[in-house]
Amino acid sequence: MWQRLKERMTPTDIVMWLIGGGMLALIIWGSTATLIAGRYTAHHWFDFMVFGLAQGSIYALIAMGYTMVYGILRMINFAHSEVFMSGPYTAYFVAAFFNSSGFLEQQPIISLFAIFLVSMSVSTLIAVLLERIAYRPLRNAPRLVPLITAIGASFFLQYTFRGLYGSGFQAYPVVKILEGEWAFWDFRILKFQAVVIVAAALLMAALYTFIQRTRVGKAIRAVSEDKEASALMGIDIDRMIVTTFVIGGMAAGAAGVLYALMFKQVHFFMGFIPGIKAFTAAVLGGIGNIPGAMLGGIFLGLVESVGPSLFLDGLGIVAPYQLKDAIAFTMLVLVLIFRPTGILGEKLAVKKA
Amino acid sequence: MSTRPLPDYWTTRLQDYKTTGLHDYATARLLDHATMKHSIWQDGIKIGLIGGGIGVLLSLIGMVEAFSQRHIISNVISMGHTLLLVIVLLVGYMAAKRASQTQPLRVLANGLISGLMVGGSLALLVMVGNLVRLRAIFINASPVLYKLLTFDYGIGSGIFLLLCAGAFSGLLSGLFYLSPALARRVLLTSLSSVVMAGVLQDLLRPTFALWGPLAIINEWLFAANGLTIEGAVSLFILMALIIYFWAKRGSAVKAGFRGLPPTKQRALRITGLLLLIIVLLILPQVLGLFLSEVLTIVGLYVLLGLGLNIVVGYAGLLDLGYVAFFAIGAYTIALLTSPELGFFGLSFWSALPFAIIVGVIFGVLLGIPVLKMRGDYLAIATLGFGEIIRILVLSDFLRPWLGGAQGVGKIPKAAIGSMEFAGPQQIYYLILAGCFLVGFISWRLRDSRLGRAWMAVREDEDVAQAMGINLVAAKLLAFATGAAFSALSGAIFASKLGSVYPHSFNVMISINILCLIIVGGMGSIPGVLVGAIALVGLPELLREFADYRLLVYGAALVAMMLFRPAGLWPEAVHRRELQEEESVGTETESLLGPEPGKQEGV
Repeated sequence: MWQRLKERMTPTDIVMWLIGGGMLALIIWGSTATLIAGRYTAHHWFDFMVFGLAQGSIYALIAMGYTMVYGILRMINFAHSEVFMSGPYTAYFVAAFFNSSGFLEQQPIISLFAIFLVSMSVSTLIAVLLERIAYRPLRNAPRLVPLITAIGASFFLQYTFRGLYGSGFQAYPVVKILEGEWAFWDFRILKFQAVVIVAAALLMAALYTFIQRTRVGKAIRAVSEDKEASALMGIDIDRMIVTTFVIGGMAAGAAGVLYALMFKQVHFFMGFIPGIKAFTAAVLGGIGNIPGAMLGGIFLGLVESVGPSLFLDGLGIVAPYQLKDAIAFTMLVLVLIFRPTGILGEKLAVKKA
Repeated sequence: MSTRPLPDYWTTRLQDYKTTGLHDYATARLLDHATMKHSIWQDGIKIGLIGGGIGVLLSLIGMVEAFSQRHIISNVISMGHTLLLVIVLLVGYMAAKRASQTQPLRVLANGLISGLMVGGSLALLVMVGNLVRLRAIFINASPVLYKLLTFDYGIGSGIFLLLCAGAFSGLLSGLFYLSPALARRVLLTSLSSVVMAGVLQDLLRPTFALWGPLAIINEWLFAANGLTIEGAVSLFILMALIIYFWAKRGSAVKAGFRGLPPTKQRALRITGLLLLIIVLLILPQVLGLFLSEVLTIVGLYVLLGLGLNIVVGYAGLLDLGYVAFFAIGAYTIALLTSPELGFFGLSFWSALPFAIIVGVIFGVLLGIPVLKMRGDYLAIATLGFGEIIRILVLSDFLRPWLGGAQGVGKIPKAAIGSMEFAGPQQIYYLILAGCFLVGFISWRLRDSRLGRAWMAVREDEDVAQAMGINLVAAKLLAFATGAAFSALSGAIFASKLGSVYPHSFNVMISINILCLIIVGGMGSIPGVLVGAIALVGLPELLREFADYRLLVYGAALVAMMLFRPAGLWPEAVHRRELQEEESVGTETESLLGPEPGKQEGV
């Protein structure tokens, strides 16, 4: 047995397992040290969890776009983070208009609905344009070509929006009905976080039903399974790909407004970090797998908000919260190393990874 | 409908199908298709509207206004107007090209209409802008922009003028398309050299001014802002004459060179190279402080580009976290030399080897985890690494060692004896030496066993492994070499600035480098140079360009991938491959050709 193991392990494998083992040891050591020190109460942990859940459901919504596009085109739509940014940034002007005219205060529900609508349609428009101009001509190109195109498109879009709307941070207006908190027994939830979680859950449920239950959803799944065969079955592949981009764009636009409501500001560069994290979430759940993306997003959000205090505080690291992005990226790299198929990505295996 | 003659493309297509003996049915379908898709006005309107959209976008993001500060020809045309003019001309040309050259009227109509469409879109923008305060949303939709778009003639006559200008330019494009090939070449080159002279006036003016006898050119050519009219005209004529005679006699000159005996050819080449080296050596003395600074920045990017060229261009490993090694090189130097931290206090030269060694170590360390990844996963993982390094450097956690957000200062300059590499004019030589070294290494590596192994890995990993290439060694060596070059660049960067900050090492640097490699041509050493000059040097010279730098980079990446994936200066192997593919293509066609014909005969 030892002999066989020795034959199968290469030096690089050993190094990688050492890295992984070291990480795991650090995490366990840090967590136990934190828990023993007992600096955080149950309320703290609960707050972290709720925040993580809210952030995670936003990641999950963005991750849907990545994972669906990857499933159907086998490419990372690097510019999806700009699809996410464009919607809420444009909708900001609607929100600001409602705010200054007092409409936001009188009719908060209708205004929010309008903001969502604008954001989702702008994001969808950008996603569709992206597909038409940048990706469609390159559908049969070598793999690196569309990726480089996507990177280029991403920066082009970022700086286009910077040119259009300016380079400053824009403060999103405060929606009064979302301020304050709800109390459950001993625990308190900030209202807007609860709303973000519920809205994201509803959207995800709707999207999932659409993909699983409708004819179009079925066709999209067929195309991502096998393009040629589904073309032979009479499915219009171009249309299905556009539909995928539309759905991804809508999800990203909605996620963008939720993000803006949560962090109260928009900026032309706001898409970059959530974009990469959503991609991490998609990989985490198994790229190409829609429930996986949702699960991965929520998991990532939780780890990111609980992680710094749990893993790093115990290790005596100052200001652990600064390293939360590093935790997310480390997790991305670890997943890519040890389980490129993700949590739920059993079926895809080597063929696509 | 079918009486209308077909455009070029379809006629050749039809010819193809006829020679391959396709059935009449297919021919008929093709005819239908061709005539349906190309109604007379549709080409012009559709292409024109696309161009109009681009024009409006460029106006709204502020490019037109920012560029109009600089005049190409003094008081005649500004760079902003040139930008719009180029769009109209391009669009007009594209529209004109949809029709065959044998139908001049159709060509001219297409050009005219598309030009009118671009002018119309801009006019619409001006009209809407006058009715609604667009500025509440689009910060660049300012009255200045409208004034520029209407040529300062007020809204009524301005819009009329705009439409006329659009239509006229479109018409010119149509005429251009109809003119003979030689005339097109002469016109295009001399016009673009006039534009370039105007764009690069800040570079050319001080250069001419430095040399006494050449200063007269300055007076003739340049006004306070832009070219003088007579200067522009004479430059145009001069360039036109040069291009014309080169087109007539150029092949004779080339043949003459080839006719020389090999020893003489070699001698000529070496003289050329020596001349180039001499020019490179005296360049900072000639160009002055500001331009030397630009040169050093370009040089640093060349160093970085050559390193990434090995990873991406040779070995085909798309590394988006390349800036990490640049940061590691810079921070190693800072750590070892800066008295501010006071750990070691080494001199630059004794710290440099350590910087490179640390770079290599990190190259291998970060390379090991990603060995099994391919393509896009690799790209994202390396992007993650780059960000992790930046976040760690920025964090308070490592602040006692790396200085946190404030960075590290007081890094000593490099010095040989009493000569200190302090200003850009001295640092230039350091960078030049680095570029020569790194360029030489990559040039030698390219044709070595290792270089071939890398290219094999790039083309197909599995096949490469089957041929006995050690994938692990090849990939790790690629990462290590790239990291070493990058660390060298980082070390020079740290000593050049005298301080390092985490903010100098964000992901944009990686994207810049990737961009210059791709624009220059992946895997090509002169390509890196071309890319660095075009993407780093030019924007440094054009201050108003700074805000739009990444926008143009992004557009350049997309455009290169769509239209010219091999780059501006493709690598020889690539070029050969492309040519071979073409010849193979025609061969198979000719092989297939007679086959159906025979069937028909039977």
